[in-house]
Amino acid sequence: MAMHTPLKQTYNYAFLDEGSKKEIRRATLKAVAIPGYQVPFASREMPIGRGWGTGGLQLTLSLIGDGDTLKVIDQGNDDSVNAVSIKKLVQACTNVAVTTDAEQATLIQSRHRIPEVPIRADQILVFQVPIPEPLRFVEPKEKKSKHLHAEMDYSGIWLRLYEDIVKWGKISIGADYPALAHKRYIFAPSPIPRYDLPKLHQAEGLFLFGAGREKKIYAIPPYTDVEPLAFDDYPFEVEHFEGCSCRLCGSTDSFLDELYDEAAGQTFYQCSDTGYCRKCRERGAQHGK
Amino acid sequence: MGNEDRPLLAVRHLMKRFGKGCATCRNPQNLPSGSSHCPHCGSVLACNDISFDLYEGEILGIVGESGSGKSSLVQSLYFDSPVTSGSATIATYNKGPRNIFLESAQQKRYIRNHLMGMVYQNPWIGLKMNFSSGGNIAEKLIAAGDFNVRAIRSRAADLLDHVEIPITRMDEAPAHFSGGMQQRVQISKALANKPPILLLDEVTTGLDLSVQARVLDLIRRIQRENRTAMLVVSHDLGVIRMLCDRTLVMKQGRCIEAGLTDQILEDPQHTYTQLLVHSLL
Amino acid sequence: MGYVAVTGGQQAIETANLLNQWYRLKDADHALEVTAIEKQMRHLVDRVISESGLYAPNDAALALKQAEGDPAEAAFLLRAYRSTLERNVESLTVDPGQMRVIRRISSAFKDIPGSQILGPTADYTHRLLNFTLRNEEAQAALKSVLQQLPKQDNPHTDHRQPFRKVADLLRAQGLLSPPNARNGLVDITRDKLTFPVPRSAKLQLLSRGDTGAMTALACSSMREHTAQHPTVAELRVGYVELTVAYPLASNETLSLGEVMVTEVETINSFTKKDNGDVQFQLGYGLTFGQNETKAIAMAILEQRLETDGTSPTHDEEFVLLHVDSIEANGFVSHLKLPHYITFQSKLDVLRQAQKLAAEKTDHQEV
Ligand SMILES: Nc1ncnc2c1ncn2[C@@H]1O[C@H](COP(=O)(O)OP(=O)(O)OP(=O)(O)O)[C@@H](O)[C@H]1O
Ligand SMILES: [Mg+2]
Ligand SMILES: [Zn+2]
Ligand SMILES: [Zn+2]
Repeated sequence: MAMHTPLKQTYNYAFLDEGSKKEIRRATLKAVAIPGYQVPFASREMPIGRGWGTGGLQLTLSLIGDGDTLKVIDQGNDDSVNAVSIKKLVQACTNVAVTTDAEQATLIQSRHRIPEVPIRADQILVFQVPIPEPLRFVEPKEKKSKHLHAEMDYSGIWLRLYEDIVKWGKISIGADYPALAHKRYIFAPSPIPRYDLPKLHQAEGLFLFGAGREKKIYAIPPYTDVEPLAFDDYPFEVEHFEGCSCRLCGSTDSFLDELYDEAAGQTFYQCSDTGYCRKCRERGAQHGK
Repeated sequence: MGNEDRPLLAVRHLMKRFGKGCATCRNPQNLPSGSSHCPHCGSVLACNDISFDLYEGEILGIVGESGSGKSSLVQSLYFDSPVTSGSATIATYNKGPRNIFLESAQQKRYIRNHLMGMVYQNPWIGLKMNFSSGGNIAEKLIAAGDFNVRAIRSRAADLLDHVEIPITRMDEAPAHFSGGMQQRVQISKALANKPPILLLDEVTTGLDLSVQARVLDLIRRIQRENRTAMLVVSHDLGVIRMLCDRTLVMKQGRCIEAGLTDQILEDPQHTYTQLLVHSLL
Repeated sequence: MGYVAVTGGQQAIETANLLNQWYRLKDADHALEVTAIEKQMRHLVDRVISESGLYAPNDAALALKQAEGDPAEAAFLLRAYRSTLERNVESLTVDPGQMRVIRRISSAFKDIPGSQILGPTADYTHRLLNFTLRNEEAQAALKSVLQQLPKQDNPHTDHRQPFRKVADLLRAQGLLSPPNARNGLVDITRDKLTFPVPRSAKLQLLSRGDTGAMTALACSSMREHTAQHPTVAELRVGYVELTVAYPLASNETLSLGEVMVTEVETINSFTKKDNGDVQFQLGYGLTFGQNETKAIAMAILEQRLETDGTSPTHDEEFVLLHVDSIEANGFVSHLKLPHYITFQSKLDVLRQAQKLAAEKTDHQEV
């Protein structure tokens, strides 16, 4: 739409004023210094909905510069409407190049997935976070959960996991599985699947988490221990895709979306990371030649 | 026996005030005699200068009328709310003979989880009523660093068995239990980490006589088997007579008499104690 | 083009935007004029400037036009715009006691110094649709209104003479307890919030709160069993002057103009102070524009948050985290976004649990 041209003239580079960006970066630095600790920040009102990625967007905008190449995904998909919308906004108020290739990107903003190709030391992955407080489902009050973190009083959340096992025979948390950062703070990895959680452990890249509505920033810096909460005899388990492969590229080693083909009346699978899937197909085509 | 003359828990000049306090009641001498209530600001001095020693393997009784400050005393020791002033030291505390009221919140949690067990007068405070009974015990074990579900469950089963709760009900929530069963779940929770000190607040109140007798038996067995030191709060002198070697009598927040239980029952000194003993007879 | 969930995203968004424009204009003879919205949709504009926290009636009217009349969406547009604006100066503290009042009522006292002024209000109109508005000629109608208005009520007459506030009278008689000590002035648009928040943050959050949410919460607090029926000591609507310190001379000020506000002071329960004094507690509400119900709700909620209690409206996290229109709308509406991954993950857990349950039953049957 025509409104994108005036955006560059009427708004500051990367939308936010420089003072705001600086403040967000300061909060980010603190977050990097204390892995998993939720740093409160003065979350700005953004031109996309609260709960639609404003935290991640503020991180991205506070960090982005002309040399950057941006990738935005939602559910692993570059072409998901919300990813497209965020990407358009960042482009409209900066001039950065965008890509769908995770390996080309310097900055990746994501909702609900970590790309299949490991994040490198020169890359930053920014997550959009709905509920940053992993203790929220055992302690509704911020005032109290802050104390629990400060004193590392985590028996409440462990008890919840124990009760889950008693009731269901296993821990029933799907995505957003709580983990311990560097043996100190339990943190919410945002609603990524359990499949992605091990990618945070002792990784090369920097992972930043932004919660706009809840006004918190936290980080998993490179080479941080990330241990999913699990009992000795009930180990952490990722989603099961035994015997399934991507219908498009044949991958058996990526997180798969389950789809239902109404015409054929059967379930099939497809890579959730669309950039990865495309590359696999391209590579396959080359090998085929 | 270990160090006979060194108390396991030593409490000195413990003060617990509810309310802000004012110029008048900050000096307890100014309170009207026989009252713990400040007429100026409405504060209550629930514990007024309480001192005592508790030795290993000993059961110390605390009696007194309703509102005399018994629950406030044990809850203060369990760090449920901060004391106004005073000290308490635990001989076996690994940080040494320090005033535990001044320790950090983390250390207080350590003491709660490793050195003390508590049974509340009101089981709704002591238990997470909508979690399973086993889970209530598990929480204590987890807090002490146990992360093996099978081990946790087998220890919880033992503990429940010990207090005669059928193991088949382990995964049920205590909200569905009778009052006596809830008290027994609380006891097994308090015992989970084999603490050297147990604080028991009216454990038998409201139980029928047969259950009461079994709970008293259980307490004596725990004392025998583990040499656990206990503070037993009751307004029932019968319970005190049965369990306690020494007894402390409280009235309006003050300790008005202390000594060997037999002596107090036979030859009470304070008029209030005399009244108490006579009403029992 | 059909909407295929996540492919063709780029195209789908462009199309959605175009369709939006089409629906906005398809049956229009001429486009709505922004000034007409600003001047004739006064309460809607007031609501939007109040909930966005930006006193910009004309921009609010523009936002309303763009949002096709959705006040939540319009407030959102203004907030997002405001967050990019530079903060050049801070105004001096406004004294609502100096307000140029257009309306002023008290439900506590029949007779208040300076007297009550009913002013513009629909409170005592009958809610009957006025069909003559269908064919109204603005200038003629206005002229006829002015002819009918009593001379002393002619809005062109300046009421600048300030009225002493009812609360000040009570205060002078020692009947009112002073507000809880102010612990630091924060700016909720610039400073991070950590609970418990200082009183200044509470007031700012409430002042920008969603009219509907605040009315509902205030209503709930009046109905519960511990409730005390608040009394409106004073509700006043009018213009207050905004001034800034004159940068070149320390004791001079510059006037920036006036903004319209609604101010409410309610008397709630009374409290006993430490020194034994018994005094009324004041509830305070202030909003941009004429937003009377919201200002009353704010005064009630503000007072509830300053007192202890067990009901939801005593709980500052509960109230303050849920009354913001932009945040609540955003979070609820984000459910429209795809959640395929989280759902897939949950599906996996469910299947595993089903398997375990089945195994358990098999065992029991054996
Ligand atoms: N949370 C509280 N806030 C204010 N006052 C309290 C509180 N808890 C206890 N008190 C007051 O402290 C005094 C002592 O109460 P406490 O519960 O310790 O008595 P008790 O000896 O255990 O009585 P009972 O035999 O009835 O259990 C009472 O006057 C009580 O009103
Ligand atoms: Mg008691
Ligand atoms: Zn694929
Ligand atoms: Zn006093």
